Amino acid sequence: MSASATKITVATTWLDGCSGCHMSFLDMDERLVALAGQIDMVYSPLVDAKELPEQVDLGIIEGSVSNDDDFEKAKAFRKHCKFLISLGDCAVNGNVPAMRNAFKLDAVIERAYRENVDINPQIPTEGVPRLRQTVLPLHAVVPVDLYVPGCPPPADAIHFVLSELIAGRTPDSNELTRFGA
Amino acid sequence: MPLPTPASNVRVVTLRIDGQDLSAREDETIIEVCRENQIPIPSLCYLDGLSILGGCRLCLVELEGQNRLFAACSTRVAEGMHVITNTERLQRYRRTIVELLFAERNHVCSVCVSNGHCELQNLAQGCGVNHVHMPYRYHQYQVDSSHEMFRVDHNRCVLCTRCVRVCDEIEGAHTWDIMGRGSDCQVITDMARPWGDSTTCTSCGKCVQVCPTGALVKQGTSAGEMVKDQSFLPILARRRHQR
Repeated sequence: MSASATKITVATTWLDGCSGCHMSFLDMDERLVALAGQIDMVYSPLVDAKELPEQVDLGIIEGSVSNDDDFEKAKAFRKHCKFLISLGDCAVNGNVPAMRNAFKLDAVIERAYRENVDINPQIPTEGVPRLRQTVLPLHAVVPVDLYVPGCPPPADAIHFVLSELIAGRTPDSNELTRFGA
Repeated sequence: MPLPTPASNVRVVTLRIDGQDLSAREDETIIEVCRENQIPIPSLCYLDGLSILGGCRLCLVELEGQNRLFAACSTRVAEGMHVITNTERLQRYRRTIVELLFAERNHVCSVCVSNGHCELQNLAQGCGVNHVHMPYRYHQYQVDSSHEMFRVDHNRCVLCTRCVRVCDEIEGAHTWDIMGRGSDCQVITDMARPWGDSTTCTSCGKCVQVCPTGALVKQGTSAGEMVKDQSFLPILARRRHQR
């Protein structure tokens, strides 16, 4: 068996969030070198792959489901990933993106693209996905296997979760992270 | 008054909590005995020095021989009582209560000045709440910044009424009260006037210090700075009562 055959395949994606969870992933620093020997990153904003493979061992999603594109990505990850992690407060509870839910969507769009714009105010319709009426946490759209809250979850928590999963155990990251951590 | 002066002829009872044999004064409640003996029981509305509300139900415990659950804050100890504080059923109920509180209002910890010093946030971590099963309400509540020193954010209120009780029982101003019913309840100042227009508020800040979340905060504090100090409360409560 080749070395790569023993590695688990990992895919990550970034929905409506700030990318802070992916930055926290990178904050594992030198531990990434050891991790690289155990995981194969097959799809992610951090690598150059354009297509989500048919079969992935571990899917990690950051960000809440805010638009049609987020919705499709969440569905695709659930379909192609054996194990799905909801990473960070946006994915786990909607966090800051979901704060717009207290307002009507039309009012939010009007505020963002017309009221606060001085030059050529217009609402974009081409090349951008349609915003959904309500921002939802990931588990409101697809079943999730593991939750790692935090804004962002500390690198230690992400490292612990990945190490435990690679070792074949189900991690409980509760000691290392919490909402808003 | 919140803390009645103990009568000199109060008897001592023996009871068992989580298999531990303990003695306590008969006028004590289960939560008081637990806190004295470092037995952890979560609570939001209970605070040493204030009258008992029994509203949050986080301190529910099981009593051997009884089917229903009892709030540890409002149940007095009794001779031979067997209390169980941490069963799978109690843990499940506590997690559900915490999740309902998160679902009911807008508790976005990452943009809260009390982030890192919030009792609700700590409770969630302690109870193992890492996500909320039920749908969020996304109801819009107001923020009142009209007071020159303090701010009330109703999005983060858990309706524990600590502010109402401390203002009434310790400060004696009774600026705070409750308006509405059910999940639409809201803490109000005077007759639902802006806090800054209140004629009864003494700006003592006791309500801010006892608030378990970021609902009541000092103006001008940034995220993580709003550390609350509640140590004054039992001392003041006892001194007030001794007069």
